[in-house]
Amino acid sequence: MKLKHFFNLEWKQYFRSSYWQKSVALNILLIFVALYFIAIFLFLGIALYPILIEQLPDQDPLNIVNSILFYWILADILMRFFFQKLPVMSVKPLLTLPVRRSKIVHYVLGKSALSFFNFLPLFAIIPFGVTLIVNDYPVNSVLIWMLSLLIITLIINFLNFIIESLSSQTELSFLPIIVFAGGLFVLNYFNVVSFSSLLSNGISSIYSNPILVVIPLAILLGLYIANFKNLKKQLYLDSSLKSKTEEVKTSDLAWTRKFGNVAPFLQLDLRLIWRNKRPRSSVFILIIGLLYGLFFYPQPTYQDMPWFFAFIGIFVTGIFLINFGQFIPAWDSGYYKMLMSQNIKYEEYLKSKFTLMAASVIILFVLSIPYVYFGWKILIAHFAAAIYNIGVNTHVILFGGSYNRKKIDLNQRAAFNYQGTGAVQWLIGIPLLLIPLGLFALFYVISSFEIACLLLIILGVIGIVFHQKLMRFITLKYLDSKYKMIDAFSQET
Amino acid sequence: MIVTSDLTKVYSNKTVLKIQGLDIPKGQSFGLVGNNGAGKTTYFSLLLDLIKPTTGKIKNNNIQVDESEDWKPFTSTFIDESFLIGYLTPEEYFYFIGDLRGQNKADVDALLSQFEDFFHGEILNQKKYLRDLSKGNQKKVGIVAALIGNPEVIILDEPFANLDPTTQIRLKAIIKDLAEKQGVTVLISSHDLLHVTDVCERIVVLDKGEIIRDLTTSEATLKELETHFAQ
Repeated sequence: MKLKHFFNLEWKQYFRSSYWQKSVALNILLIFVALYFIAIFLFLGIALYPILIEQLPDQDPLNIVNSILFYWILADILMRFFFQKLPVMSVKPLLTLPVRRSKIVHYVLGKSALSFFNFLPLFAIIPFGVTLIVNDYPVNSVLIWMLSLLIITLIINFLNFIIESLSSQTELSFLPIIVFAGGLFVLNYFNVVSFSSLLSNGISSIYSNPILVVIPLAILLGLYIANFKNLKKQLYLDSSLKSKTEEVKTSDLAWTRKFGNVAPFLQLDLRLIWRNKRPRSSVFILIIGLLYGLFFYPQPTYQDMPWFFAFIGIFVTGIFLINFGQFIPAWDSGYYKMLMSQNIKYEEYLKSKFTLMAASVIILFVLSIPYVYFGWKILIAHFAAAIYNIGVNTHVILFGGSYNRKKIDLNQRAAFNYQGTGAVQWLIGIPLLLIPLGLFALFYVISSFEIACLLLIILGVIGIVFHQKLMRFITLKYLDSKYKMIDAFSQET
Repeated sequence: MIVTSDLTKVYSNKTVLKIQGLDIPKGQSFGLVGNNGAGKTTYFSLLLDLIKPTTGKIKNNNIQVDESEDWKPFTSTFIDESFLIGYLTPEEYFYFIGDLRGQNKADVDALLSQFEDFFHGEILNQKKYLRDLSKGNQKKVGIVAALIGNPEVIILDEPFANLDPTTQIRLKAIIKDLAEKQGVTVLISSHDLLHVTDVCERIVVLDKGEIIRDLTTSEATLKELETHFAQ
């Protein structure tokens, strides 16, 4: 009974991981999110039929549902890409044991079929199907319809793994999935290839002609086999289990010498960001953050809400600060012991982080100047926010960092990776974003926009003036928690 | 050079280390042996102020290690791979450590040139990140990095493990040279009794956190240790 052993191993791996034991809160949150989605899908499944009948009485609800299936599938693929992880199992110790490789692969793939993402649609499909049967649709056909939707769900499941392994091999992060889903959507939208009607017709044919269900079944089987072959190939120590060696791209970063004592750490930080998957993603997030204002400023509604500008300003100019800063010093957790036994000045180590963050704010502010197109006030608010970021938020986030107790593995993939996330990351958001927003809004209401901007600038300048003092205070804080951090960072997650 | 007094470390009621007194004079090559769980790494971690002693203190050149950081400039160490920075190349790592220890590029290069034999052409100019080197080569990098900046105290945990025979022999020569000619205090721990007796003038045996033997190495030491551990 190998299967039993596999289950047993996984169970222990899950519940004995320090991650589970330490972040019960996060797990509870995830459970609530899951329950929330189940509730939504259940509601959708039950209410869809009556709603469609009422809104579009002259059309067949089943046809309507079939015609929007394409969008469901696209959404499902996107969702899964970001949230569903490739089925992993620590197979290395199993390889030399008398377990057939194909069995391991079948198990891993089979396990993925039991994912929450495959059950979720059932909460909508089954009630909807039952409603159809109750409303005198032919029972057999409806059952076949439900079955084919289930098969489609599984097809998406296995398709996702192929897409995901492709994108993890190519270092392109979420570019392939965006191109894939976006391409399908565009082709469909401009009626180049009408996938939605194609799919809708296909499902209708299966509905009226059940034997056609073999077509999706064959696709599913094909994808399963493709995944099987792919995974089996990787079950050797020299392929995927062994980490790939990268060709080194070196540059001596001589220009950092200008920063004096901070230079060695600055070089280290720049290399950290550029050479590791996870921190590198914070560079890509810069682009998203920089464009964040475009969600709001073009809309007239927000044009009349100047108290909101500072918030966007904090975000736009501080996106790197937030993204990178929240995991100080966990970025260095892998070699923290070494840093602590080395001949370093803690203050210089922290100062390098500060320099990096302050520089990012200035650069981002300069890049965000084109927002002036939407009004001078925006530029002024962004400027005030940038000063506030440099003077206050950098120190706040460094201070928050002294409470970081979670290790980060630099090489894990970046998108939606919660490793290293703890209460600190949530709590730090309050002083970082809400306090400036609150203060700004308050002074905007009781006095004027200009005064509110001035307030942020003054606070920022105070922070800059007291920079040395603040850094000394923060350094003491880090020294205080030195042993705790060393201990926490040497725990495997 | 290193004076330990009344040192204990207790983890949830379990005493893992208890050393009443231990003096290691300057320039001594000092070996620590013991079975797993004997407290070797715990002692080194205390010496490096990576964990806090429950009671007692260690003084390194008259500086109490958990009160002042002034011991750091003349003390260097390699405990395990977590002392390496995986995303740097060996050269970048050496220069980084050199920077921290006040050595410029030329100083570091001069030091590295003495270790070409030791590196066996597998470390420098390989265009590889440290995380992609083999365990043994990572260890070589860590050990050599610990020699940067003329430290007076060098602490190496299990330096011989994972190394190939040729490198082990070369490393022994390096360690001997450090202690005998340059007056460096070298502390090493090992499971390999032969290597320790070859290299160290003095060998201390730890068992369940306590010192049970303190030997000056002689012809008979290896035999004595083997008999002790055979029991």
